[in-house]
Amino acid sequence: MRILIRGGRVIDPASGRDAPGDVWVADGRIAPPGGTPERTVEAKGLVVAPGLIDLSARLREPGYEYKATLESEMDAAIAGGVTSLACPPDTDPPLDEPGLVDMLRRRAKALALARVYPIGALTVKLQGARLTEMSELAAAGCVAFSQANAPFTDTQVLWRALQYAATFGYRVWLRVEDPWLAKGGVAHDGEVATRLGLPGIPPFAETIALGTLLELVRATGTRVHVCRLSTAAAVAMMRAAKKEGLPVSCDVGIHHVHLSDMDLGFYDSHCRLDPPLRSQRDREALAAALADGTIDCAVSDHTPVDEDGKHVPFAEAESGATGLELLLPLTLKWARERKLALATALARVTSDAARVLGSPSGRIEPGAPADIVVFDPEAPFRVTPETLRSQGKNSPFMGYELAGRVRATVVAGKLVYEC
Amino acid sequence: MKPLPDAELLLPKLAAGLRPHVTPASAMIGLYTGGAWLAERLHALLPMKDPLGLMDIAFYRDDYSKQGLKHDPKRTKIPFDVEGRDLLLVDDVLYTGRTVRAAMNELFDYGRPRSIALVVLADRGGRQLPICPQYCGAQVEVPEGMRLRLKRDPGGKLRLELERAA
Amino acid sequence: MQRNPQLNANGELQHLLSIEGLPRDTLLQILDTAEPFADVTEREVKKVPLLRGKSVFNLFFEPSTRTRTTFEIAAKRLSADVINLNIALSSQTKGESLLDTVANLSAMQADIFVVRHASSGAPYLIARHVKPHEHVINAGDGRHAHPTQGLLDLYTIRHYKKDFSRLTVAIVGDVLHSRVARSLIHGLTTLGAPEVRVIGPQTLLPAGVEALGVRVFHDMRAGLKDCDVVVMLRLQNERMSGALLPSAQEYFMNYGLTAEKLALARRDAIVMHPGPMNRGVEIDSSVADGPHSVILPQVTFGIAVRMAVMSIVAGN
Repeated sequence: MRILIRGGRVIDPASGRDAPGDVWVADGRIAPPGGTPERTVEAKGLVVAPGLIDLSARLREPGYEYKATLESEMDAAIAGGVTSLACPPDTDPPLDEPGLVDMLRRRAKALALARVYPIGALTVKLQGARLTEMSELAAAGCVAFSQANAPFTDTQVLWRALQYAATFGYRVWLRVEDPWLAKGGVAHDGEVATRLGLPGIPPFAETIALGTLLELVRATGTRVHVCRLSTAAAVAMMRAAKKEGLPVSCDVGIHHVHLSDMDLGFYDSHCRLDPPLRSQRDREALAAALADGTIDCAVSDHTPVDEDGKHVPFAEAESGATGLELLLPLTLKWARERKLALATALARVTSDAARVLGSPSGRIEPGAPADIVVFDPEAPFRVTPETLRSQGKNSPFMGYELAGRVRATVVAGKLVYEC
Repeated sequence: MKPLPDAELLLPKLAAGLRPHVTPASAMIGLYTGGAWLAERLHALLPMKDPLGLMDIAFYRDDYSKQGLKHDPKRTKIPFDVEGRDLLLVDDVLYTGRTVRAAMNELFDYGRPRSIALVVLADRGGRQLPICPQYCGAQVEVPEGMRLRLKRDPGGKLRLELERAA
Repeated sequence: MQRNPQLNANGELQHLLSIEGLPRDTLLQILDTAEPFADVTEREVKKVPLLRGKSVFNLFFEPSTRTRTTFEIAAKRLSADVINLNIALSSQTKGESLLDTVANLSAMQADIFVVRHASSGAPYLIARHVKPHEHVINAGDGRHAHPTQGLLDLYTIRHYKKDFSRLTVAIVGDVLHSRVARSLIHGLTTLGAPEVRVIGPQTLLPAGVEALGVRVFHDMRAGLKDCDVVVMLRLQNERMSGALLPSAQEYFMNYGLTAEKLALARRDAIVMHPGPMNRGVEIDSSVADGPHSVILPQVTFGIAVRMAVMSIVAGN
């Protein structure tokens, strides 16, 4: 179908272009202007940008269908302007078998909504003991391998897994948290946790694990993406590692750029996240590093949790927040607060994320896949259980009004969402 | 409207009425706050065997469910055994009678007196319970929406005053 | 974010969840109200009719005989009906959720829930879900708070020392895991005690504890010098297996209160302990039973303080 997106403010973060214009779509790609459009999307007063690429969104299938299903979460994705998302392997069973990966890709493809990039398990059952059949998984469609939030206790297995992945040029995405230092912890180990009487996870649980990982990267040359940074100290280590020329990238959960442990308030279990929300100083360092590019991209880390998982005392609650539909407004909020050019801000959830993912999307230029989002950066979005399409209503921003509403989403040249 | 009676003039009158009836079995208890002031003065004017008892009825009020514990309750101190005594219960103003009912309930939790006589400076009528004073300084008419209170100035002089009801 | 859930719209105490966040006047009101209740316990008829017809449900998710008993005594002295529910943690996680348990009890016309739970913050969750006329009193949540214990400790200190504004108070032991310590620290700082010290090994002191307004000492002798009040915390056996301490004997050597160490404090210093005591671990018998110890009076004061708390919240 030929689509014309007319009269919008076209932003292509990859090239830095930010100018009024029209965008033409044909045969699933961005097309040169001309011809008669079968659909026209009026984009006057709106921003036209590459569709968002979310490097971590849990779809809860297979295994956790009572928390959410592919249908509801993909619905949430396109309503949030997310056209590609990477799904961590911590499903049930975990994505350690080609058959499971295949089934997930087929289900997603059949829905024909957002593109799903499964991240394969690095070890069998994510147990950190035996390597998975990475080549088989890659053939089934995995673009990288990860342990999700499962810890690595055996550093020798970690070393071997990195070596094996490096052999074939596979990317490895890893959280960095020392499981012994983090054991029993549910919040950032600091004044707030002390006051609230919550067991803490010290910041050096992250930096010690990161130091270990960086040393192994030096030895193996594996392309590693560090997931969900949470401390200022880890940011400094990543800055140095990049300067050194190590093949590393990193991301931050969009919630960690806005919230700190002060937001726990009176034990708000919606603020129980993994990694934990840390101090104001850490938050500030993460927000600044995302701005200057030390942190390559922001992710939603979308984790739908049902009421039973959250309406319990803080330390017993399941961690995670719903976020697919909030990635755009929260990114815009961060950009506004740091007075960033919209093109730079959007890069962190489009072109930069595409680079980490190895995806050709994330650009608006002729020939690129037609994954586009049209949004109103000023229109308010009130976060309520009714306005959220995800089955997960667990958000620290529940009841807030955020600016940024998606008006249309195009995936692979198809108009999949309009509002 | 009639002027309020002078508390300082009523006091010796009350004491004179009580004096013939005071025996070694008698003991006096004043109710905070106005009754306590009054009782202190009376106790000094009468041949009481034991020191003065002072009582706060906060824990025996019947309006707790509606009002809660409104004021910081003072400590009830009864420095004598209540058992078998002829008690003189002293309060400043008698109105609905509920304060006296609460005081009697509290007294019975300390023991079983032989008798209780009620001594008040002013009776403003408006009883809601079958309670009456045995010794009364004066009957006072109180206009609608007003409260009758006993005040004590820094020099120790007592006087009756009208104020707006809350 | 959220309003302080302990206070209602008029700023009156409707739940007692933590000493932290309570205005100074509210704390003083509770201490002042406890005094006449202390007298009630001296009388022959140790009851007042204040809470007659009201039901107090003791919801203890963590086992406890002492605290539960004192709450029961306090409630009965207020003429309330008391129902005890000892819900062992394991059966609770197998079956009903915390909120379902509370909802079922609400349906049985509860007025006050006295809650003890192993998870910090549990009473806040409950307070968010009870009906307007229902009140929650925290009898200890995880390592967060034990406000009635903190209040009775403050009452005890005030009884013997009168004026908080000149006191040096030392809290000795496992502050990391102690809800009693946290509550007492908040109470002392709110009431203006100029110097509050915590004494213990680094393994037993929480991160950022100075931010609570205390001075940290690792050397007990230095920390006890010139103290007016010494509060000894209980050391639990689990601390040895968690790689926090090598042994009870070594702990006693470094942090146990002996007569010799106590001599470094002021001559009229008082010694307190929330109980139950581990004699020979955190405190020597000669001190526990000695002239400086006010450990037994603490228990009596605890009943009066709990009566005061219940009367105040149930009336708001």
